[in-house]
Amino acid sequence: MAHLLNTSFIPSSQSLRRNATSSAPPLISGRRSRAQVQAKIREIFMPALSSTMTEGKIVSWVKSEGDKLSKGESVVVVESDKADMDVETFYDGYLASIMVEEGGVAAVGSAIALLAETEDEIAEAKAKAGSSSAAPAAPAAPEPLPEKIPDNVGPAVVPKAAATVAAVASTHPASEGGKRIVASPYAKKLAKDLKVDLGSVVGSGPLGRIVAKDVEAFAAQPTVAAAAETSVGKSATAVAAEAGIQLGSVVPFTTMQGAVSRNMLESLSVPTFRVGYTITTDELDALYKKIKSKGVTMTALLAKATALALVKHPVVNSGCRDGKSFTYNSSINIAVAVAIDGGLITPVLQDADKVDIYTLSRKWKELVDKARAKQLQPHEYNTGTFTVSNLGMFGVDRFDAILPPGTGAIMAVGSSQPTVVATKDGRIGRKNQMQVNVTADHRIIYGADLASFLQTLAKIIEDPKDLTF
Amino acid sequence: MQASLSLPALSPAVPRPSYVVQSALPLPPSKPINLRFCGLRREALGFSPLGRSDSHRVRLSAPSRSATISASSSSGNGSPPKSFDYDLLIIGAGVGGHGAALHAVEKGLKTAIVEGDVVGGTCVNRGCVPSKALLAVSGRIRELQNEHHLKALGLQVSAAGYDRQGVADHANNLATKIRNSLTNSMNSLGVDILTGVGTILGPQKVQIGSSDKVVTAKDIIIATGSVPFVPKGIEVDGKTVITSDHALKLEFVPEWIAIVGSGYIGLEFSDVYTALGSEVTFIEALDQLMPGFDPEIGKLAQRVLINPRKIDYQTGVFASKITPAKDGKPVTIELIDAKTKEPKDTLEVDAALIATGRAPFTQGLGLENIDVATQRGFIPVDERMRVIDANGKLVPHLFCIGDANGKMMLAHAASAQGISVVEQVTGRDHVLNHLSIPAACFTHPEISMVGLTEPQAREKAEKEGFEVSIAKTSFKANTKALAENEGEGLAKLIYRPDNGEILGVHIFGLHAADLIHEASNAIALGTRIQDIKFAVHAHPTLSEVLDELFKSAKVAHVPSPVSEPVAV
Repeated sequence: MAHLLNTSFIPSSQSLRRNATSSAPPLISGRRSRAQVQAKIREIFMPALSSTMTEGKIVSWVKSEGDKLSKGESVVVVESDKADMDVETFYDGYLASIMVEEGGVAAVGSAIALLAETEDEIAEAKAKAGSSSAAPAAPAAPEPLPEKIPDNVGPAVVPKAAATVAAVASTHPASEGGKRIVASPYAKKLAKDLKVDLGSVVGSGPLGRIVAKDVEAFAAQPTVAAAAETSVGKSATAVAAEAGIQLGSVVPFTTMQGAVSRNMLESLSVPTFRVGYTITTDELDALYKKIKSKGVTMTALLAKATALALVKHPVVNSGCRDGKSFTYNSSINIAVAVAIDGGLITPVLQDADKVDIYTLSRKWKELVDKARAKQLQPHEYNTGTFTVSNLGMFGVDRFDAILPPGTGAIMAVGSSQPTVVATKDGRIGRKNQMQVNVTADHRIIYGADLASFLQTLAKIIEDPKDLTF
Repeated sequence: MQASLSLPALSPAVPRPSYVVQSALPLPPSKPINLRFCGLRREALGFSPLGRSDSHRVRLSAPSRSATISASSSSGNGSPPKSFDYDLLIIGAGVGGHGAALHAVEKGLKTAIVEGDVVGGTCVNRGCVPSKALLAVSGRIRELQNEHHLKALGLQVSAAGYDRQGVADHANNLATKIRNSLTNSMNSLGVDILTGVGTILGPQKVQIGSSDKVVTAKDIIIATGSVPFVPKGIEVDGKTVITSDHALKLEFVPEWIAIVGSGYIGLEFSDVYTALGSEVTFIEALDQLMPGFDPEIGKLAQRVLINPRKIDYQTGVFASKITPAKDGKPVTIELIDAKTKEPKDTLEVDAALIATGRAPFTQGLGLENIDVATQRGFIPVDERMRVIDANGKLVPHLFCIGDANGKMMLAHAASAQGISVVEQVTGRDHVLNHLSIPAACFTHPEISMVGLTEPQAREKAEKEGFEVSIAKTSFKANTKALAENEGEGLAKLIYRPDNGEILGVHIFGLHAADLIHEASNAIALGTRIQDIKFAVHAHPTLSEVLDELFKSAKVAHVPSPVSEPVAV
């Protein structure tokens, strides 16, 4: 009976027992290095931790490159098919080069790192690691794992350049003017995973602390609008998508796309609603024609009009960060979605209500150029308080946008089209009309707020003389 | 129970003064049967005769105080018999005092316990017990929120949430329940519970509370325990800067809490808080988190309990100043480098939990009356828990157990020390082997240990000149653990390959705290690996992790009494 009961158990445990006592010895060998190189550069091999093990996953490197190792010290933790085992070095030396990163998988017996005997040999070992990983003799090169993809793709949409912290809209009061970053533990962890520079993230937590959702929002922000609109605005992304897509393949999300995905899910927790409005644009079109030669763009005009309307309706420019309070933003920063290849970014026209239309237009041109060159600074695309998404240029007459987390409202602008309308004097006339559709967070912005905001906006656009002052 | 039924008939046969005589004599080897009758008789007959004599005695003892002192001071040099109110008086009704009291009754001693606060002490009211209630909740919610884990089991659970007050009530109710059963157990055994702070007036004499009630006892055990230690510079307000005392009430769940100290208290609270949705920052003065744990276990624990959770940490830093939240300002923590004392960083968090250990509580105990000087607050004792005075001499008839002596600050260690003391005062010499006392940390999964850590064992081996071997098994190879989908875990055995002696066992994994006892019992009883490896474990159970562990140890062939199975 006991024997019967034990049969399923003993084989695995026996092999494990073997691991425990015999795991390390075959690990580091000078065999190859002696044959190849004069200097003592040893390879660290993936050990066979059990009789059934064919490959092992690197759980973590206990040591990092350049660390001095002494005999018997744990270097790496390897997960076999049965257990996680600490793997020790049998030689003194320096960990010169890690060939299989954490999370990577390597076949048993393949090299996972190089061990240099002296510090001088580290560089040599590194060179060797570079060449050998390219050579066919390196089955160690791990399968490209999903975790590794962010490295390769490097979505240029998120400029990794060191952020000008001073520009961050709200810094922690205790952060000594932005020199010190106050971020919660999980936010820090996420930032590391998502490769987000915390210095450029705006904190929404207590006293401006950066919390996890800020990091997620930041990582997703440039593409939030894109994701929001893909259902309707396929034409926008299709252009970028045509090139280099292999049909029938499954492509994992990049870090940014993963963040977008999370953000989209997060947006489901916000109770949004939509209010639409039809605005006659004859006057605006006329104004645009008149000042177009001075470099004024329609985008700038729309942003300006929106900003002026927001001045009268601060609640529409507010945000709800904790579900308990309004955050009334001190400035009106209009984020405008712009499609660029591989995604979409939302350059921000800061203080759009205060800056005159010509300056605003110049600023806009500068931002678009920077966006195309992927040189936008973080504060130039993540400080928006209200978002405008315009798909009118594609002939879209109406659509629906998803609210970017952290803001109160987003406005989807359709194309201005000649429409037959009944005029007040009882005639039938032809007017250019566009439909706008605002999505807002109903915890803070109610139907009447949006309605009166849209009414104000319509007045401004239908009588646009204020826009040029 | 059977014996007690027949007692009333027997009791008249036992002469009443017997215990007085016994206790006054310099303790011959105990006569267990006689003593037990004595104890049970008291229990069976109830309190009325004692109650009467009590008051009588108190009145008597006051005028004769000076006489008592001189008598008892000479008693150290072989005193004449004299009468006491009690055989054993225990100051402090925590787990240590309770364990000692129960054992004393079993040994037939007339016992009283003095408590200045609530019965149950730290463990029951502000420690192990309520924290286990919180950890039970955190374990469940963690499980319910672990989608990946549930999915692997084929389970679907929609969003799990919790009600803070409900959780807090659970902890509080549990403490009340345990406290009541502790009180009842002592009452029903006839242990007198004297309410008030116990102050030692002189040898064998204790004042209860501020009244002039003075009781005498042949032997006295100090079991006053400990309170949370708060380093200087830290202002505890009980709201945003708290100790474990406050945290166990779970009055609020901060978004971000800094935990100062990453020992087992800090670790357990990090488990609770992260499960309830907080983010945690550990502040550890040493260079490594979880000091005190076997390094290998600590490393694995860090990988499982810290890295994947919403926890970050700063090591090698002291929290030199902590200011509670005030006027809309957050809790401010000033950090300095532990070595250079240079200012290093400032943290602003929603709350800070001070888990820097515990300080012995000896206030008002009257140690000065018997010339005992504390060392770092602890009452110095020898290996038999006998109190040592300022001149390095043993104080007769005075013992100290538990956190107050600082030997091993664990509830069950205090209890074991108390039992050891009772054994001694009833005539059986007994020295407790502290290396056989297990310890556990009730995180998810749990950590448990007994005996030496690997570095300690290696140091000892170096000194004493023997070999040390290590054996390890993983929970990943255990059927039951895999069935639970909880394969993360490691058991580690530190032993002498030459004679099979178990030096230490460390377990990190599912139900580790329950698994350790096989090892701690083996150490306590001196069982060797070559013997215990033949013990049979039910299959499939987590206990097989230890079975595997013992079997994987390689002991040089030593003849062993049970090496050959005997056919019956």
